[in-house]
Amino acid sequence: MSGVPAAEEIKAQIETAVPGARVRVIANGSPSGQQSLLLDHEHAVAVARFLRDDPALRLDFCSLMTGVDWLDAETSEKVKVKKMVAGPDGIDQEQEVDEVRKTKTPGYLEAVYHLFSMEKKHGPVIVRLRTANRTDGTDGTHLPSLTPVWRSAEFQEREAFDLYGIVFDGHPDLRRILMWDGFVDFPMRKDYVPPADDILETGLPETGVNP
Amino acid sequence: MADDLKELKIELSKNGIFTTTLEELYNWGRKNSVWPLTFGLACCAIEMIATTMARYDLARFGAEVFRPSPRQADLIIVSGTVTKKMAPQVVRLYNQMPEPKYVIAMGACAISGGPFRDGYNVLRGIDRYIPVDVHIPGCPPRPEALIHAFMTLQKKIEEQALTGANRPRHLQADLPSEFPVPQFGEHGLEPTQNDEVFLAENGNPLKVLQ
Repeated sequence: MSGVPAAEEIKAQIETAVPGARVRVIANGSPSGQQSLLLDHEHAVAVARFLRDDPALRLDFCSLMTGVDWLDAETSEKVKVKKMVAGPDGIDQEQEVDEVRKTKTPGYLEAVYHLFSMEKKHGPVIVRLRTANRTDGTDGTHLPSLTPVWRSAEFQEREAFDLYGIVFDGHPDLRRILMWDGFVDFPMRKDYVPPADDILETGLPETGVNP
Repeated sequence: MADDLKELKIELSKNGIFTTTLEELYNWGRKNSVWPLTFGLACCAIEMIATTMARYDLARFGAEVFRPSPRQADLIIVSGTVTKKMAPQVVRLYNQMPEPKYVIAMGACAISGGPFRDGYNVLRGIDRYIPVDVHIPGCPPRPEALIHAFMTLQKKIEEQALTGANRPRHLQADLPSEFPVPQFGEHGLEPTQNDEVFLAENGNPLKVLQ
């Protein structure tokens, strides 16, 4: 399926239709080259309505919604810096020196929506939402829910809430869906450690055969 | 049965006299009418269903009547992955079965968690909560393996003594026929195993090393 406009084109359409919406195109370096649109929290629902209702796009079907956990990342790049360095004759000279700069990107949780159009028979358009950070208890893991726009996102947003701990504001029925209500962990997060109930003391004589 | 009695029985049968014991008759009846519970959990259940159909025909062993109620069942075949969310229901179903009752743990998942063992949601073997009579490895085990397990269970039933210290659980009033149902905890099931049931080969309880 194709025929869907390029991400840059959709971005321009969104920005004219929804004033103030901040959209970023996330590049995809893989052979598929499927680019995606990162939406801001305030205008996400309005943008989603536009994507669904625009007569040219008509993305009336949300086929998939999933969560992604991005840990804190540290990228290092080499930068050439001019510095005063003591020369061989003892006098300071200006020289170009390589310096490694490290930038820390704080981790975040991400919700990814794959949108198709049944009417226009095109797609997918990929939409992303990112939380401020991945700490619990604060507003850091809140995202606007797109369930009011696409009903099919309801259970999948519940799943992302259950397994990643993304809190979807505006979701009609945000409860855990796979794990039980009393469960407190978010098992699909990368820093999840399952409870230790694995290693067993067998009580068997040590024959070296059966562990 | 004592050896001299067995010899006497053979001797009598040579002379055209058929003898039996109450124990033999009772166990013969029991082993040939084991009714399993209509209960499947995952892909192993498909193999279990295949076992009951015409090609493998579990009816040959008197086990064709899959009962839809635990009250009418003698055997629970735990066929498939037991998730932590499902485990209390499996134990509850087992508790609801009347004695004598038996358990076959079918497939890698039911005996140990199988390929999903490291998952956050999978119980690492149903033998942590209920006593398993026959374990079948395999992923999934073929119908022949289930039939073999079933014949092993029949042999086990046949050898159960009605009297004496080694008589089975259902004939010992002080032994439990129900087992504690695990509770949903904050991080997993509580407790993680039933020490009365989860035993090593030598009868010692298996312990979790923290």
